[in-house]
Amino acid sequence: MTTTPTANSPAAALEQALQGRFGAFGGRYVPEALVPALEQLEEVWRKAVVDPEFVGELERLHRTYTGRPSIITEVPRFAEHCGGARVILKREDLNHTGSHKINNVLGQALLTKRMGKSRVIAETGAGQHGVATATAAALMGLECVVYMGRKDTERQALNVARMRLLGATVVPVDTGSKTLKDAVNEAFRDWVANVSTTHYVLGTVTGPHPFPELVRDFHRVIGVEARQQVLDLVGRLPDVVCACVGGGSNAMGIFHRFLDDRQVRLVGLEAGGSGVDSGKHASRFSTGVPGVLHGAFTYVMQDTDGQTVESHSVSAGLDYPSVGPEHAFLLESGRAEYRPVTDHEAMEAFALLSRTEGILPAIESAHALAGAMKLGRELGPEAVILVNLSGRGDKDVQTAAEWFGMLDTDRPGRVADDPGAKGTGEKL
Amino acid sequence: MSVADVLDRCRAENRAALVGYLPVGFPTVEGSIEAMRTMVQAGVDIVEIGVPYSDPVMDGPVIQDAAVRALEGGVHLSDVFTAVKAVQEAGAEALVMTYWNPVLRYGVERFAADVEAAGGAGLITPDLIPDEAGEWIAAADAHDLDKVFLVAPSSTPERLAKVTAQCRGFVYATAVMGVTGARTSVDAAAEQLVARTREATDLPVCVGLGVSSGDQAAEIGRFADGVIVGSALVRCLTEASSPEAGIEAVGALARELADGVRRGR
Repeated sequence: MTTTPTANSPAAALEQALQGRFGAFGGRYVPEALVPALEQLEEVWRKAVVDPEFVGELERLHRTYTGRPSIITEVPRFAEHCGGARVILKREDLNHTGSHKINNVLGQALLTKRMGKSRVIAETGAGQHGVATATAAALMGLECVVYMGRKDTERQALNVARMRLLGATVVPVDTGSKTLKDAVNEAFRDWVANVSTTHYVLGTVTGPHPFPELVRDFHRVIGVEARQQVLDLVGRLPDVVCACVGGGSNAMGIFHRFLDDRQVRLVGLEAGGSGVDSGKHASRFSTGVPGVLHGAFTYVMQDTDGQTVESHSVSAGLDYPSVGPEHAFLLESGRAEYRPVTDHEAMEAFALLSRTEGILPAIESAHALAGAMKLGRELGPEAVILVNLSGRGDKDVQTAAEWFGMLDTDRPGRVADDPGAKGTGEKL
Repeated sequence: MSVADVLDRCRAENRAALVGYLPVGFPTVEGSIEAMRTMVQAGVDIVEIGVPYSDPVMDGPVIQDAAVRALEGGVHLSDVFTAVKAVQEAGAEALVMTYWNPVLRYGVERFAADVEAAGGAGLITPDLIPDEAGEWIAAADAHDLDKVFLVAPSSTPERLAKVTAQCRGFVYATAVMGVTGARTSVDAAAEQLVARTREATDLPVCVGLGVSSGDQAAEIGRFADGVIVGSALVRCLTEASSPEAGIEAVGALARELADGVRRGR
């Protein structure tokens, strides 16, 4: 169901004036009170990205603070479980704060200062975007408030502490499903009330225009670097680029530079949770239909009355019922494909990369690794697969330890005595 | 039928119109409709029938809580049309206040047709700006429905002109920067916003967000064409000891507000 007017409809003239569309998707579905702020953001951003001073400052920060360019790592022992295909990781996990999120927030924090605003707010699921925003705010002397679903503050307690240590105020959100979706709602409410002093550092490639385009462009550096790095290493482009897709920012960041390379398959991996048929998942492209959530027209998990349906995933960062509108466009245009990965498959990939390569991935990124395992087996040993390792797994140690039965259930916080607790003893 | 006729009648009486909001389905569908009828009998001129939505970013805790409980109680979009018909039969005009996704999911043209068939005047759309409303504008025009878009203190003169050009019925002026919820005083921004809006349009301008008492209704009624009250009425239902007590409280507050708009000028 696509509801955008056709070229022949009476509303076509109005629709032609729209900006920020990716085909039918995107737009700006927000309270009028926010429109001036979005217009200001767009104006400041479009001027900044062609201003050598802004571009130079962001590049300097990436070089001296983020740690860019991030490296690539070939993982042959992991690749043995991927049908023998060559698997190469883009190491966004090595960025300062431990994920790709810093690319975007440094850019938006600089824009905040350009707009003359002194306060930033953010929403976060797994906490990576909140940590990155708190970091950028500390670096640039901005007040910072982060909204986080109560359920996520509990499963990502370490990141809550990190944000608070960085000087941010973390506000647990008790409404709705108490996850990322509800944190976004609260951030929007704060923004409506405080828009004159506050910039909303939206953390992914969704939301009202210009956020999907703006956030994508701040992450585009991932693909720009990775494409050249793979060419240098392999002598040709990869056959497939894999990335996990929650809101979809790391995926858009690595996909975008490859869009014109039609021979490169772009594969986004969504959270299949307990399985798409179970109803407990965040696989928007498997069951969602186009609709509006959080300012954008895109795929949304919703019921027949248009009420948002709760999503589920072992990964807080992928536990979101909507997805960036450009991904919806890439799906419908056929340029990208999207597959669900179950919690079980993701955790198996998590364990495998840890034990074969000494790299603990974020559980989000483990979804991309699981996708690579399947694709490698489909494509065989001649294939080259580039995986965006969007974040590191430190924040997920508790979740993973519980998943693999490494904690003593009788003594909270203590490890199990059995050294061979599920998944740990096997040599690979 | 347009709510502009009601606003004209109120203007002839030298007073502002009273617009009362309640979400359909709280505490039950029938209970909410009974509360709406009570509001009408107490002097509310236009009923704003809220469609409960899972992600109401413009609403504060009172309305969100009622919406969540209505959804948990099993309210459906079809109940909205039942409420529209009941309000119409009770003698007031009904506007449906809805976030955009439920309308999209239902089908914009189908929704417009069903609002018209139920006797509703039109829609208030808090998260749909005219820039994105081409399909709704076309459907509303085809079904002779009011299109109430919002303006805010942050709206530039250009935005005021653009938004009001697409309104029909009245312009909804959000008096404060923030979400819905009763406030203890009337913000000076409200009067300024009404004045600025009147520079852009001849349409009536109604003020909402934060009104909770007869005195506030009187104060706003001095300079606005209509006074919109939501959270304070909803709170009558959420804080009541019983459904009957809630309806009684809604009636009492509506009478106080109706008195307020009648002594404002």
